[in-house]
Parts: sequence; C-alpha cells; structure tokens
Amino acid sequence: MGTLQSSAGHPLYTELSEKTGFSAEQIAVLHKRFKQLSHNEDILRRQHFDEIPDLSCNPIRSQITEAFFDKRNFSRSNEGKVNEIGFEEFLLVMSHFRPPSQSMTQEQRENVRREKLRFLFNMHDTDNDGTITLEEYRHVVEELLSRSGALEKETAKSIADAAMLEVASISVGHMEPDEFYEGITFEHFLKLLDGFEIESKMSIRFLNVDATTLCK
Amino acid sequence: MPSRTGAGSGRSLPEFGLLLLVIFVLLEGSLLPLGAASSTSKSCEEAKQGHTEVHNFTKKAFPVLGVDYGHIKNPFEISLWVLLACLMKLGFHLIPRLSSIVPESCLLIVVGLLVGGLIKLAREEVPPVLDSKFFFLYLLPPIILDAGYFLPIRPFMENLGTILMFAVIGTLWNAFFIGGLLYGICQISNSDLTAIGILPCLLFGSIISAVDPVAVLAVFEEIHINELLHILVFGESLLNDAVTVVLYHLFEEFSVDGSVTVLDGILGVISFLVVALGGVLFGAMYGFLAALTSRFTSHTRVIEPLFAFLYSYMAYLSAEVFHLSGIMALIACGAVMRPYIEANISHKSHTTIKYFLKMLSSVSETLIFIFLGVATVDGRHSWNWIFVTMSVVLCLVARVIGVVGLTFIINKFRIVKLTTKDQFIIAYGGLRGAIAFSLGFLLKEDHFHMRDMFLTAIITVIFFTVFVQGMTIKPLVELLAVKKKQEAKRSINEEIHTQFLDHLLTGIEDICGHYGHHHWKDKLNRFNKKYVKKFLIVSERSKEPQLIAFYHKMEMKQAIQLVESGGGSKLPSAVPSTVSMQNIQPKNPPATTKPAERVLPQLSKGREEEIRKILRSNLQRTRQRLHSYNRHTLVADPYEDGFSDLILKKQRMMIKEMTNYLTVPAAAPDSPTMVRARLASDPQSYNMKPVSGGVPTIQVDLASPQSPDSVRLLDELGEADGKEQEKDQGLTMKLPGGSSRPNKPGETENTREQQKLTRCLSDPGPTAELKELLCVVGEV
Repeated sequence: MGTLQSSAGHPLYTELSEKTGFSAEQIAVLHKRFKQLSHNEDILRRQHFDEIPDLSCNPIRSQITEAFFDKRNFSRSNEGKVNEIGFEEFLLVMSHFRPPSQSMTQEQRENVRREKLRFLFNMHDTDNDGTITLEEYRHVVEELLSRSGALEKETAKSIADAAMLEVASISVGHMEPDEFYEGITFEHFLKLLDGFEIESKMSIRFLNVDATTLCK
Repeated sequence: MPSRTGAGSGRSLPEFGLLLLVIFVLLEGSLLPLGAASSTSKSCEEAKQGHTEVHNFTKKAFPVLGVDYGHIKNPFEISLWVLLACLMKLGFHLIPRLSSIVPESCLLIVVGLLVGGLIKLAREEVPPVLDSKFFFLYLLPPIILDAGYFLPIRPFMENLGTILMFAVIGTLWNAFFIGGLLYGICQISNSDLTAIGILPCLLFGSIISAVDPVAVLAVFEEIHINELLHILVFGESLLNDAVTVVLYHLFEEFSVDGSVTVLDGILGVISFLVVALGGVLFGAMYGFLAALTSRFTSHTRVIEPLFAFLYSYMAYLSAEVFHLSGIMALIACGAVMRPYIEANISHKSHTTIKYFLKMLSSVSETLIFIFLGVATVDGRHSWNWIFVTMSVVLCLVARVIGVVGLTFIINKFRIVKLTTKDQFIIAYGGLRGAIAFSLGFLLKEDHFHMRDMFLTAIITVIFFTVFVQGMTIKPLVELLAVKKKQEAKRSINEEIHTQFLDHLLTGIEDICGHYGHHHWKDKLNRFNKKYVKKFLIVSERSKEPQLIAFYHKMEMKQAIQLVESGGGSKLPSAVPSTVSMQNIQPKNPPATTKPAERVLPQLSKGREEEIRKILRSNLQRTRQRLHSYNRHTLVADPYEDGFSDLILKKQRMMIKEMTNYLTVPAAAPDSPTMVRARLASDPQSYNMKPVSGGVPTIQVDLASPQSPDSVRLLDELGEADGKEQEKDQGLTMKLPGGSSRPNKPGETENTREQQKLTRCLSDPGPTAELKELLCVVGEV
C-alpha cells in the first residue's frame, strides 16, 4: 500500500467501509484486485470476468458473472441488469460473502442470513419475477451437472422435478390436483434452507487476501 | 418403551441374563483349574503309561466318555469372554431405565470388576487378559477402522486446523504440564516420591495426557451432540496418537539413559513428523491398493468385504512395524478407500462391510471395558494418595487450561467461533481410556520401579473420567442446552445447494484472486475426477457426478421404504402432503387431453379387495421363492428385482410431462447410472434370463376396464428389463416397439393409468389403497 494511494483514497475508503462493512485494509486489497482485473480502468465489464483463467473451469461461471451485473444485488429496490460496474458495486457484491462477526445479536444474524439467501435467490431467479420457476430450477441443476461429461439432461430434469416437489411439499403442504405451484418464492426459499446455516457456510476469509496472489 | 405384555417378560429376562452370567463365570472359574488339572493329569497318565508300556501292557477299558479340556482351552476361553460381553450388552438394554442414566462403558467396567472379583474368589490368579499385545493387535484396530471408515470427511476437513491444534499442541501441553507439575509435587512431598526423576514423570504425563478414542466414542455416541463438537473431540482423540507414540518412545528411551539434550528434542520433533506423515502415507497407500483391487471384483462379490478389512489391517500392522502411528494409518486407509470402494462394490457387500465393522467394533469395545475392570482387580496396586489424587486434579486442570488457551488462539482463524459452551464440552469430553492403561502396562518393571504406582494412578484417572465425566456429561449437555445433532435427513435441495455453494465460493475466491480453502478443495476434486476416479473405479461408474449419485441413493431409499411399508400402512413420508408431480408441471396450451386425464377411474370397494387379496397372495409366493446359492456366485433374488422395477417406474413417472403424453413411453434404456440404480446389488445378474420368463407375472382376471391396463403395464416392465444395454443416453423417451396403441380411448386410459400411478406414488392420501395395489403390481 503506497502512502500516496492510501492518503488519497482514505475518505473514499471510509465511506465504502461504512457501506459495505469491510475494513480499510480489505478494501485496499480488493481495490488492487479490481484494478488488476479491469486492466487499470475504473469499470469492469463481463469480458474481464471471462479472462480469469480459474473461473473458466467453474460450471456456474455464467451465473456468477451475471450476479455481479445484477442491480438487485446493489440495493434492495433496484431491478434489471447493467453492463459495467464500478468499484463500489464490486464491493457491494463481495460484501455478501463477509463472515458474520462474533458480536452479532440474533436479529443481526437473521438479517445477514436473509441477505445471503436473497443473493442466492437472485442468482436463481434470472427473469426477475420474484419466483424461481421449474424451468429456472432445471437450468440451475443442468448448469451444475454441465461439467460432468455426459450431459444427462433427463436426469437433471428429474432431479429438478424432485427438488421442486420437495419444496412444494414443505412450503405449501396440501394442494388440490387442479392447483398449480407457481414457483419458489423468497419466503419458501427461506423456509427450505432453514437448517442450512448459510451465514457461516457462505463466507470467505477476506482477512487473508494478500498481495502475493494478486501478482498472477 | 416396553409394552405391557413386554414388561412382564422384560422383568424376567434380565434376571435370566444375570443367572446366565453367574453360571458362565463359575463355569469358567471352575473349568480353568479343571483344565489345568486335567492337562497335568494327562501328562501324568502319559508318563505312567510310558512306564507301564515298558514293563507290560495293561489292558484298559475303552473310554466311552472323556474330558479333554486342555485341547480346546484357548478358543473356548476366548469365546466365553466374547459371549459374556455380548450377553452383558444384551442385558443392559433390557433393563429400560439403566441404559439412559449410566453410559454403557461404566456398566461394562463394573461388570468387569465383578467378573474379576468372582474369578479371584474361584481361583487364586486372574488371567492377564488385557495383555498389551492382545489389546493393540486385536482389540483396538476394529474400533479405529470403524471410526475411520465412517468418518464424516466434510466436517473433518473443514475443521482440520482446529483438530490438529487440539491434538498436537493440546496433548503436548497436557503432557508437559502434568509431568512437570507432578515432578515438582513429588519433590516437595517428603516421602519416597522424591526418588522419581523428571523423565519418568514426563513419561507418565505423556501416557495420561492423550484423549482416548474408545472412551470418547463410547460416551459421545449416547449423547448426540452436534456434529461440530463431536468431530472436534473425536478427531482430536484420533490424531493425538502420533504425539503419544513419539512422546512415549522418546521418554521411555531417555528414562533409561537419564538425560535429554537439545539434539534429542529436535530429533523428537522430526520423529513426530515422520511418525504422523508416515502413518498417513502407509494408510493412503493401502487404501489405494484396496480401491484398485475392488475395481476388479465384479465376479467375486462374496469376498469383497474381506479386501477392505485385510488391506486396512495390513496398513495398521505395517505402520506398527516401523513404529509409525498405526491409528493414523488405519484412519487414512479407511477414509481414502471408502469413496472408491463404495462405487465399485455391490450393495450387499457394502451392507456386509458396514455391519461387520460395527459388530467387530462393538464387541471390541465391550471387551476392552470388561477387561479393564478385570485388570483392575488383578493388578498389584500401590496406592499413594498424593500421587494419585494430584494426577487426577492435574489432568482436569491441564485440560481446561489447554482448551481455553487454544480456543482463544484458534478463534482468530475460524469463521464459526467456538463459544464458551463449546469449550466446556470439549474440555469435559476429554476422556482417558484403555490405551493409556495399555501403554502403562507396557512399561518394563526393571526400568520403572514405580510402575505399579503409575498403573494405579492411570486406572484411577480412567475410572474418574469414564464414571464421573461420562455419567454427568449427558445431564450437563441438557442443562447447558448445547445444540444437539440434527436428525434431519439430507434433502435433495440441500444437496443441490451445497454443491452450488461450493462452486460459488470457489468462483468468488478466484475473482478475488485469493487461493483459499475452496480453491484448493476444488482443484483436488477436479484432479480426483479426472485421473484418480478413472483409475480406481469400474469404468462406467466413474463418470457419475455426485449429485446424480445422491439422487439415485435417495430414490433407492424411497423405493425400499415404499416396499417395506406396502403392507397396508400409509407411506411414511416426512411431510405429509397432497402435492404431486402434476401440481408442479407447467400448464400447457393444448388442453385437449387434459380433462380426460383428471378423472380417476372408480373401482368398487369389493373389486379392490379382491384385487388386493390376489396380488398379495402372489407376492407372498414370490417372496417365499428362495434361490439357493452357492458360495461362488450370488444370484439376485426376485425380491430385489422388484426394487429395480419400482425405481424404474418412479423414474418414468418423474420424467413424464403431460404434454408428451400421447403414448406410454417405453422404459428407460440401460444407461450406466440407471443400471446401477436398478440392480444395485448384483450387476452380474443383469444379463440373466429375460425377466419376463423368470419373474412371475400376475394374471389378474378382472372384468373391469382396469385389467388390460394393468397387464399391459406389466408387459412394459418386462420389456424394460429385457432391453439391451445402451451407453450413456440418459433417459430418453422412445415409442415402444411392438406394442400397438392405435385407439384413442386406449390411450387415454393408459394416460389415466400413468397419471394415477403418478398421483398414487407420491401422495398418501385417500387413494392409499389403490396406490398400494398398483405398487404391488409393479413389484412383482
């Protein structure tokens, strides 16, 4: 961290730190990474993500990339997609993966849980209609299995169907044969992943992000 | 809870068991001197006979009945002990309230004390049962292998850092703290304790400091705490073996020499690394060999479990040859070979391995505790108030300080921090057990004149931890409201999201440029999938991704559940609901066929009864048909074929979409995964005779419009099994070859049939009887 950089960025960093909850050091390191990814520009585009070599082996890379450009992840009331993001949006998306601090009240923990589950929900709900339909869920499962070699579409379909059935059984319980289960709403999603302990599972240790790995 | 009628018999059974116990013990007690007497008398007789033979041949009457105990003495005694142990276990669970208050380990030690006492009364000397060699070579390995094979890898790996910290640094701290302070106390006290040098004290400390896996397993199994705490304490007890081995050998060597230099210290550290890593390496090597061997066992299914056991045992013994950590070798072997072996072996072998391991480890554990009791009665004890009480106190204190201190450091690096409650349970759960005793027993008398005092102290500590801590931990867990183990079964949604999260976090780490935890795990997985699996797993199954394997396992479980509950009771589903597949399928514009599909055909009650009776009787006949098998081949029994058909049917039901419902699609071709799910037990049988010939089809002669459909359904299933094996096509829908469905009314009836199936198999509602009916149809 050059002294020039830190003193110049300091007020900006504190503001970001308040918004996202990262510490100043973490923000500095992430800023470095941002600059590296964006080739020293101020904005990131989708093709910058495609250039990351390790990400190309990831079966759900397209969904991950999309999540960065999804306005719903920037703030609660937004909708739609953008084509380029700045550092602040980058940080906002990353802040979803911060581990919960030990000194949180139960209510704060609950909020953190909702945030993280909201992020996941947005990743699945690609058409922005507030529910995860069967088609979208099928797409999720297919993507997950897309790296398995043999693309067994029918099995993927049946897995998604079984999963959907389970969600419906858990959330709605009793349905007449004529009724149709529209899709997984956010509340059902919360109920579904109730025992999942997502606040600790969906976290990355930003503490240990060190400069050496950035020189890739 | 025993029922009313059961209570009566329940009361008499424990008494019966107790009676049996006393009989056995007296028998043993009396037989042993008899055995000794008979063997001596036999030798006398032989000598006499030799004499008489020299002089003259005396004619003896031909002995009609003779007693020759010496011949079978050893196997008999061993079997008697094992039988005693098992009867004890049986007895405990018959007494209803006892097993919930007192942990089994305590009861077994008490039994051991009683038996030891009885034997001592019957004869003068007690057989040295807890011989260290016997313990380490025969009693300990099954327990450790059981633990290692069924080790939950995911939580273990996630908490590996914490576990290693506790195991290595915690044990070192314990050993030095206890040893050092005991030395200090011995020096202060003005008795013959001052003669004990620092090194023997440190040796004692190192023996007594290690948390014992047997005791931890025995106690923690009954309290059902949450997975994190369980894996922390249990993992620590497994991994501290390396530390114990090194410290023990180090101090034992140097107690003889008398001094330790810095060089020795450094060598000790290196030795630790060698012991630990060497053990793991040996284990992994044998694990890979076992996995590789299991790849080729498709024609000799009967001996498959043996490979798993033998390779693991060899790993243990090989590690012991070089004084490496045998326990770590066993754990590594079990953990490494498990995923590959499970993919290769048949369902039956898998069950065999599981139950055989559980049985062996259960018996071993029981025997260990009983022997501990017996050995206590036997041992020459030298009670020294100061030494013994101080060792108990110091053990507790050291453990608490160690845990608290280490947690403080560890919490800086953990995402899920350990709370005070957690720390308390970890500290309280540090039980000592038979390993400490055996290590103490191994000490040579001539080098350590205070061996008896050490043994007494060790036994006291063991008794204290097992009895006091073991009995009180359960109420404490309740009192402190520690999180219990979640009994929820893994749902498909959780599995999907676990995988999803894994990939997501790996992706985010890549974007951050941070080579964390997930990154390396992902790399390992990819390496595993690309090279290792291809090498170690039978070819067609190596490509199956985890999600699909999980899904098939779930389906199999559901199918088994369905069949087992098919005798009239409701389908036991976790969440009773009337939601079925059609509620989820999206509505589609062409609704021409739809209204017809909705109507459920009505069967009169009487008809239903008749059908059910006929089907059930047919099913009974099927179940009674046992194929005889020779030990060389296992033939699948028709009962199991029923599973496959059920699964097939469920598969088909799942993939059906209302829109494509013009003809009943033929059954799925045999993709590798489907085949495996279908005939999970004996793949060698899937090229057998065509099923339609071997499996009895039901000739249901009904006048109702149902009958053509039911019979046709059977034919389809028959077709399904006879199809050729096609590679890697997944489930595709094909028009059935040969069966003609020209007419529309026939089609709608078929679709109705399928839809009924669909509804019935997924909902336990009022059509339960009909469902059961059709399930039974599909079963045969």
